[in-house]
Amino acid sequence: MTITTALPDTELPRLRLDVAPLLVLPILALLALPLVGSFPTWVTLTIAGLAMGMMIFIMASGLTLVFGLMDVLNFGHGAFVSVGAFTATLVLLPMQGWMQADSVLLNLSALGLAIALAMLVTGALGWAFERVIVMPVYGQHLKQILITMGGMIVAEQMIHVVWGPDQIPLPLPTSFRGVILVGDAAIEKYRLIAVAVGLVVFAAMFLVLNRTKVGLLIRAGVENGEMVEALGYRIRRLFVGVFVAGSTLAGLGGVLWGLYKEMLTAAMGSDIMVLVFIVIIIGGLGSVGGCFIGALLVALVANYTGFLAPKIALASNILLMVAILLWRPQGLYPVAKR
Amino acid sequence: MILQRLLSGDFPRSRVLALALLAIVAALALAPFLFPGARAMNVAATVCVFVVLVASYDLLLGYTGIVSFAHTMFYGIGAYGVGLSLHSVGPTWGAVFMGLTIALMLSLALALVIGLFSLRVKAIFYAMITLAVASAFAILASQLSDFTGGEDGRTFGVPELLRPGFRLIEAEVFGTAINGKLITYYLVFFSALALFLLLLRVVNSPFGRVLQAIRENDFRAEALGYRTVVYRTLANCLSAVVATLAGALMALWLRYAGPQTTLAFTIMMDILLIVVIGGMGTLYGAVIGSALFILAQNYLQALMKQASDGLVAVPLLANLLHPDRWLLWLGVLFVLSVYFFPTGIVGKLRNASRKPL
Repeated sequence: MTITTALPDTELPRLRLDVAPLLVLPILALLALPLVGSFPTWVTLTIAGLAMGMMIFIMASGLTLVFGLMDVLNFGHGAFVSVGAFTATLVLLPMQGWMQADSVLLNLSALGLAIALAMLVTGALGWAFERVIVMPVYGQHLKQILITMGGMIVAEQMIHVVWGPDQIPLPLPTSFRGVILVGDAAIEKYRLIAVAVGLVVFAAMFLVLNRTKVGLLIRAGVENGEMVEALGYRIRRLFVGVFVAGSTLAGLGGVLWGLYKEMLTAAMGSDIMVLVFIVIIIGGLGSVGGCFIGALLVALVANYTGFLAPKIALASNILLMVAILLWRPQGLYPVAKR
Repeated sequence: MILQRLLSGDFPRSRVLALALLAIVAALALAPFLFPGARAMNVAATVCVFVVLVASYDLLLGYTGIVSFAHTMFYGIGAYGVGLSLHSVGPTWGAVFMGLTIALMLSLALALVIGLFSLRVKAIFYAMITLAVASAFAILASQLSDFTGGEDGRTFGVPELLRPGFRLIEAEVFGTAINGKLITYYLVFFSALALFLLLLRVVNSPFGRVLQAIRENDFRAEALGYRTVVYRTLANCLSAVVATLAGALMALWLRYAGPQTTLAFTIMMDILLIVVIGGMGTLYGAVIGSALFILAQNYLQALMKQASDGLVAVPLLANLLHPDRWLLWLGVLFVLSVYFFPTGIVGKLRNASRKPL
């Protein structure tokens, strides 16, 4: 007698999509409209918020994924942002000719080269960071926080050693400067580019996570790492890969952020980390989708309050975080394990 | 017996450590007579304040196992509380106490709220929340410039007894004038000593034992019937109050309260470095660590400058030894000490003295 395992013909039940957090964004934007008053200003602010949100998302996504997968929170993540931005100057400053040329192609290729180099360097740095700094302290939260913080101090000081103690101005390429007028609303070109890059990164990440084997393993690892190991996959290798990818993205975010600010300081990474932490807490630690929405929320709120009441701009993010956590204590999209 | 009571039964347990502690305390106690220069006095007073500040942080990090990045916020509240009160009311003792009371209440309320809000969850969560809140607070303090003086901070007058111009007695004692600066120094010194001994009492009490139990295994502590949230929050509040007092002392000494001296993130980093290098989980680590660190901060840089000037020919090396890069070396030392001697200098010394037995 043979045992036949009857596979049911019916499909597996689909995951119910949790839409409530998705609705928060448009509601927030609509609520801000009467407060801001004028429609063109509102459009400008919203686009600016989206651009800033995309950049924060790029920087935060790697961090939240690393935390989700391996329970490691890297307080030194900000160092990758700074290093990325500073590495870009190695290409952008000598290639001023291409940058200032009035040709989109030359501008783009200079920028592309800079971003490629920055991502390469931060990726390598991420790998070294994982090997040297993080590996010996798996599972020990207290030591992790201390040691990654120490790693960040060292990295920040090394930037000073290599690039000198001064701020470095980083002008935008010619063709990305200036604004596009849509009706009465002025939209900076660079912000549109940032939104586009952010969307591409999000889409790529979404596809990799949901449509590939590697993505499946990563998601499974986030839910239950031991089970994935028991099935014969080396989650350690997967983790190193994710860590490197996360640092690479931080490097990309650093270049974008540096060009956005047009001024580089070694502390820029640790400054932005505050927002990044708020974002990943709001999104739910370990959740990429939550991180995306959280980043946009934080940036929009920062922009609206920056316009309405500039003095409380940063405090507004804390209030936002408190409000979200009162609504959903584990963040917008809690990851099942935690 | 008296010593036993004073130190709450927590002796240094190492001859070298005991000698080092004695030397530091003696040097600090006699600082105005031994090192009369303005700079040396400033170093000594800063060491006193930092001993208290770091010891109160160690209560959180070393004893309870909580990583907080909001310690400078409480320190800043203390400094600003006294400073702004003296600035707006005028240089009276009433203003000092009013400012201190308001600051203490604010610190306590904030510590309670943050603690109850986030200490239920993991250590990592608390670390992130405090980082966010503290940086928001620092920005708020520099934004509300009408009230706080913004980036420039506030200078203010202190009560007459503490002013440099004030003379208690006309004659000089051992060649040192008994003026207001000296009195302020001893106010700082004895307050710091009292607060340190108080903290020593706390960590060696049954309450302190529970905190250590929570650090070692919070689940087990909870199972034994201790409400870990309550204990953690209490430790958080206590440490916030002591940090506030330290901030108030610093403000009285500097006669200035500003973001760079109190709220800056670099100070938070300094505190972390001192705790870890000095030794987590022992308050003596705070004493040794602060003394070494502040001395290094003020005098090591001169040494590095010489080395750097000598190596101008070697470009990168000269940069590595540039006096402004001293934090780099401390960062490396920090990472190494987390790996190789997590109990810090004090732990090393105590172990070394235990081996022969």
